[in-house]
Amino acid sequence: MTTYKQIFIEESRKKGIDPEHRRKINHSLLQSDIAFQKGIPQFSHLQSAKKAANHIKRTAIENLDTYLLRFEKHFTQNGGKVIWAATAQEALDAVDRICKEVNARLVVKSKSMVTEEIHLNPFLSSKGIEVVETDLGEYIQQLAGEPPYHLVAPSMHKSKEEVADLFHEKLGASKGLAPEALTQFARKILREKYVQADIGITGVNFLLADIGGVALTENEGNGRLSTSFPKVHIAVTGIEKILPSVRDLGLFWPLLATHGSGQQITVYNSIFTGPRKTGEKDGPEKMYVILLDNGRTRLLADPKARESLYCIRCGACLNVCPVFRNIGGHTYNSTYGGPIGSVITPHLKGMQQYAHLSQASSLCGACTEVCPVGIPIHELLLYNRQLSAKNATRLEKLGWRIWANACSNRSLMNMNGGKIKNKVIRILFSGAWGANRDLPKFASQSFNQLWRKQRQ
Amino acid sequence: MKVEIFIPCFVDQLFPQTAFNMVHILECAGCEVEYNVAQTCCGQPAYNAGFQDECGIVARKFIAGFSGENYVVVPGGSCTGFVRNYYKQLFKGSDLEEQVITKPSLFYEFSSFLTDILGVEDTGAALEGVAVYHDACGALRECGVKAAPRTLLNHVRGLKVVETEDAERCCGFGGTFAVKYEPISVSMGEQKVLNAIAAGADYIISTDLSCLMHLDGYIQKHNLPIKTMHIADVLIS
Repeated sequence: MTTYKQIFIEESRKKGIDPEHRRKINHSLLQSDIAFQKGIPQFSHLQSAKKAANHIKRTAIENLDTYLLRFEKHFTQNGGKVIWAATAQEALDAVDRICKEVNARLVVKSKSMVTEEIHLNPFLSSKGIEVVETDLGEYIQQLAGEPPYHLVAPSMHKSKEEVADLFHEKLGASKGLAPEALTQFARKILREKYVQADIGITGVNFLLADIGGVALTENEGNGRLSTSFPKVHIAVTGIEKILPSVRDLGLFWPLLATHGSGQQITVYNSIFTGPRKTGEKDGPEKMYVILLDNGRTRLLADPKARESLYCIRCGACLNVCPVFRNIGGHTYNSTYGGPIGSVITPHLKGMQQYAHLSQASSLCGACTEVCPVGIPIHELLLYNRQLSAKNATRLEKLGWRIWANACSNRSLMNMNGGKIKNKVIRILFSGAWGANRDLPKFASQSFNQLWRKQRQ
Repeated sequence: MKVEIFIPCFVDQLFPQTAFNMVHILECAGCEVEYNVAQTCCGQPAYNAGFQDECGIVARKFIAGFSGENYVVVPGGSCTGFVRNYYKQLFKGSDLEEQVITKPSLFYEFSSFLTDILGVEDTGAALEGVAVYHDACGALRECGVKAAPRTLLNHVRGLKVVETEDAERCCGFGGTFAVKYEPISVSMGEQKVLNAIAAGADYIISTDLSCLMHLDGYIQKHNLPIKTMHIADVLIS
């Protein structure tokens, strides 16, 4: 049986030697970094901002039950309805019920990773409902029939020429349109969809416990249009997106903007506190918030892994990750790619099948360094390795025991000369070290042996 | 000043000359160098693989091999960072809890020891050519070493150091990662080497031989016109 790990390694190999993929990703990531460096100076002391954000998220997650109930209470008072979904299926069923109530034929969606997690689009399609992604990057991915490549920049792996070809092939646009013309083309189609849609489905950037609000951050205005025209607004979110107070946005909005896209503040920031009230001119007639667990309480139950729930999905750890840069977003074969994905996916989807994601890291620590909420990402990868070591093969366990014995005894390390060691290492490692690197050569005598001879 | 040294296991076995070069530079700077011939490994390989208990066995022997009275200088930031930052977690609640508060803070990566403790910025070295400096992850992120090697290299006569966009990006070694995830590791190393060549460099210089060993493996296999050098080997040139 081919395991997820084998597929992962094979895909890594393909991406690693694909020069076109490398060129596009290096270009995109360089642009991200230039933008990020420009955004940073808005913080007079970034480390303090991160520390404060870490403290707020710690408070929120350590008291998750309190804050979620507080959110529910206030949102319900505002006229909204909260739906608790323990699993992906429960969330899908809830969406299905709402669709049936209003006899929905068309749903517009603004960008949402959690709806990718529960595979909402194929589910709605199977019910005969048309779903249209309205974030341009997500729209491109939907046309291409691919999942998003990156948490924040779903189509960063596509060149403008590839997008022009896609629009020509799938939408009948003229050949070779420039990015501006492509945007106008998509805009024209999407504007029609907003007006016709029965339901708008969005993700959530922050749940605000004190006012019962949902904060949504976007750059294209598609989030606002998706929630203004349709009669029903459904916001789907993981339970970890909670913040204690609307006042916390003063810190979290700029942190998210800078780390997500290098902006000082994202172009459109909306707070939805419920459906239209009597006398109000706009807003949906009904608003639902689906609070999804889907494995998150497993992370919550583990005091160490819990810190990964602080994540605000800014994608900065992907941008700085050298592994992501070389293998790309799809190779992870999980909704959440990059370093934070490699931390949470084994917990959400099974340590047995996904432990390799935590192993596939050089532990360089760039993710931890950049994280705006202070998640020790590479230490959590290490923690996952400790958890999965319990299920290691007997051979591997034995290997480490032999290693520990060998390293406890200096005379063992001084045994044999360089020639023999070179032979042994060739037998053991020439395959795994690969066809692309020469093996290092042992010295004829170790430093230790030479020191004893020369200095003692 | 009396200093103790730790020679990481793979440096001991593969690169003894670099270790001796470090010793010579320390001695020239007036240090009396002590080396405990019983030392082996800091335990990091097992820890990074998730095998804490096996790491603990080796680390326990390791920490006992240092007096706790002198600085410990290491030709590399990886082991230094591991001892400094992870021993506290590893021995939390054990009989070694007190020892691992005082001893690890004495560990120094070689180049930062020269500049920060000994105040040496110029070793009198000369090397003709262009170099890129590679920030080894352990040195940069675990030990905060960034300025020290650059300061030292800028004093090397004839050497021009150019900064590259990817200086702080991991080379792709990562211990067992280099073997278990060979395609990713090689791809990362390849980009590092090709970027250095594109920058016109004759040398890739770093504080850590683990990175350089991996990069050199790629360079040798592909007969590329660039050479890796540990900073101690440069500073003695």
